[in-house]
Amino acid sequence: MIDSTAGKNTNKTLKSFNDILPVEEKTRRLNAQLKKRHRKEMRFQMYGVISLLLGFLFLVVFFNSIISKGYTAFQQTFISLDIEFVEDIVDPKGNRDAKEMLRSDYSKLIKDALKKEFPSVKKRKDRKALNKLISSGAVYKLADLVIESPELIGTTQTLWLASDDEIDLLMKGHIDRNLPESERRVKDNSITWVDELVAQDRVVKRFNHTFFNSGDSREPEQAGIMGAIKGSFYVLLVTILLSFPIGLAAAVYLEEFAPKNRITDVIEVNINNLAAVPSIVYGLLGLAVFINFFGLPRSAAVVGGLVLSLRTLPTIIIASRAAIKAVPPSIRSAALGVGASEMQTVYHHVLPAALPGILTGTIIGMAQALGETAPLLMIGMVAFIVDIPQSAMDPATALPVQIYLWADSPERAFVEKTSAAIMVLLAFLTVMNLFAVYLRKRYERRW
Amino acid sequence: MKKSILKLTLSTALLVATAANVQAAESRDYISVVGSSTVYPFSTVVAEQFGKTTDFKTPKVESTGSGGGLKLFCAGVGTNTADITNSSRRIKASEVKMCAENGVEEIIEIKVGYDGIVLANANSAPDFEISRKDIFLALAKQVPNPDGTETLVENPYETWKDVNSTLPNTKIEVLGPPPTSGTRDAFAELALEGGCKKFAWIAAIKKTDKNKYKAVCHSVREDGAYVEAGENDNLIVQKLEANPAALGIFGFSFLDQNADKVKGSLIDGVEPSFEDIASGEYPVSRSLFFYAKKAHVGIVPGIAEFLQEFTSEKAWGEEGYLSEKGLIPMPAYERGYVAATAKYLGALDPQEIK
Repeated sequence: MIDSTAGKNTNKTLKSFNDILPVEEKTRRLNAQLKKRHRKEMRFQMYGVISLLLGFLFLVVFFNSIISKGYTAFQQTFISLDIEFVEDIVDPKGNRDAKEMLRSDYSKLIKDALKKEFPSVKKRKDRKALNKLISSGAVYKLADLVIESPELIGTTQTLWLASDDEIDLLMKGHIDRNLPESERRVKDNSITWVDELVAQDRVVKRFNHTFFNSGDSREPEQAGIMGAIKGSFYVLLVTILLSFPIGLAAAVYLEEFAPKNRITDVIEVNINNLAAVPSIVYGLLGLAVFINFFGLPRSAAVVGGLVLSLRTLPTIIIASRAAIKAVPPSIRSAALGVGASEMQTVYHHVLPAALPGILTGTIIGMAQALGETAPLLMIGMVAFIVDIPQSAMDPATALPVQIYLWADSPERAFVEKTSAAIMVLLAFLTVMNLFAVYLRKRYERRW
Repeated sequence: MKKSILKLTLSTALLVATAANVQAAESRDYISVVGSSTVYPFSTVVAEQFGKTTDFKTPKVESTGSGGGLKLFCAGVGTNTADITNSSRRIKASEVKMCAENGVEEIIEIKVGYDGIVLANANSAPDFEISRKDIFLALAKQVPNPDGTETLVENPYETWKDVNSTLPNTKIEVLGPPPTSGTRDAFAELALEGGCKKFAWIAAIKKTDKNKYKAVCHSVREDGAYVEAGENDNLIVQKLEANPAALGIFGFSFLDQNADKVKGSLIDGVEPSFEDIASGEYPVSRSLFFYAKKAHVGIVPGIAEFLQEFTSEKAWGEEGYLSEKGLIPMPAYERGYVAATAKYLGALDPQEIK
């Protein structure tokens, strides 16, 4: 208190002192002050640039870590084997019945092919290790192949079969061959066999279709994200179908028609509060209302969609209200002036003008919903689901849940799958946000 | 107009809800499994095999934690409740009671095998050989007074050497799961309590004041020597690799998968190996269970078959696919006994649970 008054006093004296200074001195002082101000300006801008650079640096580190860990997941190692489709094994009854052929022991075909390839491997334990070069999912590929074209029975085909996840890691260089054998998951004999196969050009890395086409699996080489993508799709579909119309209607009513009084104030405060409520609370609400009261099935995408529409509603309402508010009142007055009804004013003039803003808000809300995990935990969507959901009523997971589950799996090969799934999620988010930017740029009108 | 839009949306939502309601109440054609995150990796493997090799749909397996799973399981009978719950500990008497109150009378208990809990450090760090008593002294909140009197003091130990002069002279720093985790409960019960009751006078408290005994033997110190590192065991492995001075607590399957990064400490002179956990030599291992609802057998398709798949030798046997995933099998005679229970769907006797 005392200091500030003292400062004022000196200022006053300085001012009067300034007045009697010669002009040169005055300019000198002014210039010095100007320099100081410029430096301040520079510093201020520098801070901005530094924070931007820092943010960018973190982003680079983040992307680098994810991409460097995950890009290998888009490839899968395949081993070629000469598989003989022995009729006695594939179709012992000889009636080409698809259902019976599905149950045949195709692993025997693979084992026999490996035995032929490595005739020197005799011990039971070594044989077991040898059979483990090939993914346990390869039998289903053989079954599908034979059932689709039964004429293969009796012939020998050279087929590319997916390798086991550990062989895959070895081929991708994720397993250090120089470590002592006891510290490696892939033992010396397996490495020798793989090297022999590599020398014969029987091992290749190819694009990993399985990762994009199939559902979850506990075998990393058979695991895919299609189930999670479809789950997320159904969840978002339900979310947008519910939250967009409701949110829009609420925003239009609150902005254009509602009287400004206590009640609408309370509603407004509540909407703003809801936007900040931790998302797990919505999950608890969904569990209590949709599953326990309405009896909707647990783990179904429709419940996820319902919960996430509650989560997104405040975002959409707030964004839409802001967009509607930004439409100049003159537009409304003009419309009303030429005789349009209030509803016509809203539908023909206000909404079209506000739509880019509303859509941007909606898409950002959807992108938020796509990244949610916590509320899904409560309604049973954090689950191991192999079958790809065919409708919103089927049990499903979502992309972020899949990432969470894989990150927690003991198998080492899931590390790259986790990173790859993060990349897919980021790609979807980027596309959605770019679409929001596009809409804004394309349809925005300025007055 | 707006009103009608609102009405329309509301009525569609309701319609969807009722339609779903009808469908859900009618039937569920897949098995619903909930429960422990420790049993989850094994349960899911069986579920996947079951889905691929039979005509039944692949069961849905949720990871909710043992307690959460039993709560869902005991919520009632009907296709909107879970059929099976996984548990990394045995069901409690209170939970049996809760089940019975909600009409879940007959519960089939299946013990699936063992899971070792390991105390591990980075491969670059020196080998650790420790006793349960040392673990208790290093990690308990209150320990017997070092001066030898029969009183408890706040844990004064800073380094492992303080605890036992044969141990290295490094700061006590142990990364482990938070109290919500079943692994933490099991570690407290098997390792801490195991060391705790080596003190005869503490063991004597058990008879007079059970709650105090539990508080002494199960409480973990909170002064920073024990670091709660979250439920994700992969994360603990990574942190150990980065910090060779620290030790970590996690399940055996993560040690098995990460032998190039971490090694298990010998506890009471026994190495945490597959064989030694299976034989019961390794002291810190727990039993894993799952519980099935008998009332759902025949209503939800495939439950009996799922139990048989889980208890078949090709799954849980010594050479089975679950052992490859790190599940430690039970001895053959015990497997035979449990497999018979699974086959005849023998329900648990509530009297058996204390």
